[in-house]
Amino acid sequence: MTFLPFARKVGAATLAALLLGAAPSALMAATPADTLVIAAAIDDIVSLDPAEAYEFSGLDVVNNTYDSLVEINPTTLALEPGLAESWSVADDGLTYTFKIKAGLTFASGNPVTAEAAAYSLQRAVKLNKTPAFILNQFGWKADNVDTVITGAGDTLTLKVDKPFAPTFLYNCLTAGVASIVDAETVKTHDVGGDMGNEWLKNNSAGTGAYVLTSYKPNEGIILTARPGYWRGDAKIKNIFVQHIPEAATERLQLEKGDVDIARNLTPTDIEGLTGNKDVTVQSDVGGQVYYLSFNQKNENYKNAKFLDAARWAIDYQGLADTILKGAVIPHQSFLPQGYLGALDDLPYKLDIEKAKALVAESGIKDPTVTISVRNNGVYPDLAQSIQNTFGQAGIKVVLKVGEGAEGLKEYRARQHDATLQTWGPDYPDPNTNSSTFAENPDNSDAAKATGYLAWRNAYDPGEMTAKSQAAALERDPDKRKAAYEEIERTHQTTSPFILMFQQARQTGLRSNVQGFYTGGAVDSVAYWLATK
Amino acid sequence: MAELSDTPAQPHAAVSFLKQTANTVCSLLITFLGLLAVTFIIARIVPVDPVTAILGERATGEQIATLRTKLGLDDPLWQQFLIYIRDVFHGDLGLSIRTRDPILSEIGRYFPATLELSTLGIIIGIFIGIPAGVLGATKPGSWRDQIVRLIGLMGYSMPVFWLGLMGLLLFYGHLGWVGGPGRLDSMYEMMLDMKVKPVTHMILIDTALAGEWDMFRNALSHIILPASILGYLSMAYISRMTRSFMMNELGQEYITTARVKGMPERRVIWVHAMRNVAVPLITVIALSYANLLEGAVLTETIFAWPGLGRYITDALLINDMPAVLGGTIVVGAVYIGINMFSDFLYRLADPRAK
Repeated sequence: MTFLPFARKVGAATLAALLLGAAPSALMAATPADTLVIAAAIDDIVSLDPAEAYEFSGLDVVNNTYDSLVEINPTTLALEPGLAESWSVADDGLTYTFKIKAGLTFASGNPVTAEAAAYSLQRAVKLNKTPAFILNQFGWKADNVDTVITGAGDTLTLKVDKPFAPTFLYNCLTAGVASIVDAETVKTHDVGGDMGNEWLKNNSAGTGAYVLTSYKPNEGIILTARPGYWRGDAKIKNIFVQHIPEAATERLQLEKGDVDIARNLTPTDIEGLTGNKDVTVQSDVGGQVYYLSFNQKNENYKNAKFLDAARWAIDYQGLADTILKGAVIPHQSFLPQGYLGALDDLPYKLDIEKAKALVAESGIKDPTVTISVRNNGVYPDLAQSIQNTFGQAGIKVVLKVGEGAEGLKEYRARQHDATLQTWGPDYPDPNTNSSTFAENPDNSDAAKATGYLAWRNAYDPGEMTAKSQAAALERDPDKRKAAYEEIERTHQTTSPFILMFQQARQTGLRSNVQGFYTGGAVDSVAYWLATK
Repeated sequence: MAELSDTPAQPHAAVSFLKQTANTVCSLLITFLGLLAVTFIIARIVPVDPVTAILGERATGEQIATLRTKLGLDDPLWQQFLIYIRDVFHGDLGLSIRTRDPILSEIGRYFPATLELSTLGIIIGIFIGIPAGVLGATKPGSWRDQIVRLIGLMGYSMPVFWLGLMGLLLFYGHLGWVGGPGRLDSMYEMMLDMKVKPVTHMILIDTALAGEWDMFRNALSHIILPASILGYLSMAYISRMTRSFMMNELGQEYITTARVKGMPERRVIWVHAMRNVAVPLITVIALSYANLLEGAVLTETIFAWPGLGRYITDALLINDMPAVLGGTIVVGAVYIGINMFSDFLYRLADPRAK
């Protein structure tokens, strides 16, 4: 009985509190002037230790908190000196010498030395986290890295096990895993010989324009600018990346001005933003390529006429203009735009009559293709369009729609018939895609060479394997470019891979935001040039 | 009377209390073991290989074999199950595949956000749902009853995803009455770590404890919309159930007696009838509270709320099975806990249950 008046009081108080709290909230529409607020999905982050970070959001942070010996210019995407002011390679192509710039310091104030650079690369190899393979390619292993990577004073010496193309090494040195860390600081945070790995998950110790102030998984990242950055001080003091996984929510916040940048908008959102003068949309490319591949365990898929028919039976432009609008651009070779040697021409287009004729010439009666497709994103729509145009050309398509991980398992075991997939390059050098699409040293089942996409499709690229391997060793940059172009052309017309699209990225910006560079297909975002 | 029964009754009461507690603990343990068995089996039958999930696309056969042994995946199933139970009872839910951090500590960060949101949601649901149900029951068939039914029906049938987005569009986008997605405005979010010590990880409580009232108000403006949407969903259920319980009670003889004795109608409804309605209503409220705790996934996604539902969904999407199972176990344990608590309240409210 005494409960009733009490309950009434509590109820009234609660309601009053709720109303009071709700009313003044609209006051804070604009973002703080010294902070760039970015809405993005950051749930892909595993670690912010540069030796471990290997996901888009993690590498975005690493790119702004650390630098490498060689850097990619955020505006031109060309190679330029980073923490090293110059470098040279010995005549035998096996020894590289880097001269470290004088007067640079880490965020802690410690000087940047060749010893710190050597420690950073040794550390990444010894920790042997996911991206370590980028460095392993040069013969750097945990047991030899102390002798092949040495630093003293301002001179860093790197010894490689094969006379690689110098551009191959330089490109790989721009990757996040080759970032230079503050050795002295990191060593003080060593726990049980982890070389500061645990500590660097949530802290930064680099030379970058920003310092990591806070990282809360699935919530947000805060970066704070540090004065005296060697490429010029950051224009905006704080970066706040807020985890907003839902695109429609991102759009709403961008329209309201509660965020300055929205990075995961869908084509529908972008369309809804046209005509809004407070918002601009910036388009550029990402590194992923979309392809359809046929497993050559099925003899039909060794038939050149049949593969050619398939290439003429896809509506590349139509798809890019409709269901994939804004998400892709047509692209028909395995090196994405922005990579050394990438081909930009588009030799194939939808031509049903030509495809029909080629099917007839192939001699395969009533061909049926089973395409494995993952059940999310644009894949089901894309597959249905291919099913439709293949059907018109006389190729029956059965779609096998399933969960992504399951499809991948089947693909790695070479049990698919055909599959619709994307591939993202691992580091900004053409070898990353050339080695996987155009090399297959051992096509036997026993090889289990699942890292090679060619092997997964039981495709023996013949002399292309050797040509691609040779291109990784070609020391003349022009010849190297030409070598990849030649491999791509052969691959484009003879392999069981049909490259269709390259990923496009659309970023929504408040119209006062300038100088936001996402890094295109080869690099990560550069926050320090942004203004608002 | 009391003096008479005191001495002989006491040992009896103690024994029965002990017996009851033992019973409760037993049934709790059995339920929990069942939960563990189910999650363990699910983990073994889903077609996701934990080893490739950890090692990624480029793993060699040798790396895969080493990790299989290390994770104990080659041991017999029953042995794996025993190890699993032992670990869980030691508070070890394993490591997240994605972050390699202990799952228990991750959940410790996300669960309070869900708890805070759902608790506010259920409070709103109770304070609106019960009076609305009573209103319907006292005048069945009237226009007021019809409106309550219609609003309830909408709460049942509208997808929360749509409701959330529309709510955001209207109250945040157009009217500007409430804060946007996330727990705070970005300005406050950046100051949070400096000014507020995370005591409970519940933002309203932590900001209040720190005396940061601006921040508190901002947090309230952010939580109010998602909490109201959750509150609306549970309100729909609570008002329907209250209406039917109340109608049933109002037809009883003791109500007629009370009315005949000239008791004011408000007192008849809110004191006499409500006391009896409260008993089954406790179960209804407990169930909808538990539902909110586990089922706020979509709301959390739309409102960028760093809660447990979203944690589990995110983990599911990247095949981080240990995190999914850890989250499931915690949700299951909370579910069991709420049920136990509602049993306890039930006994308190209904003398017969003693």
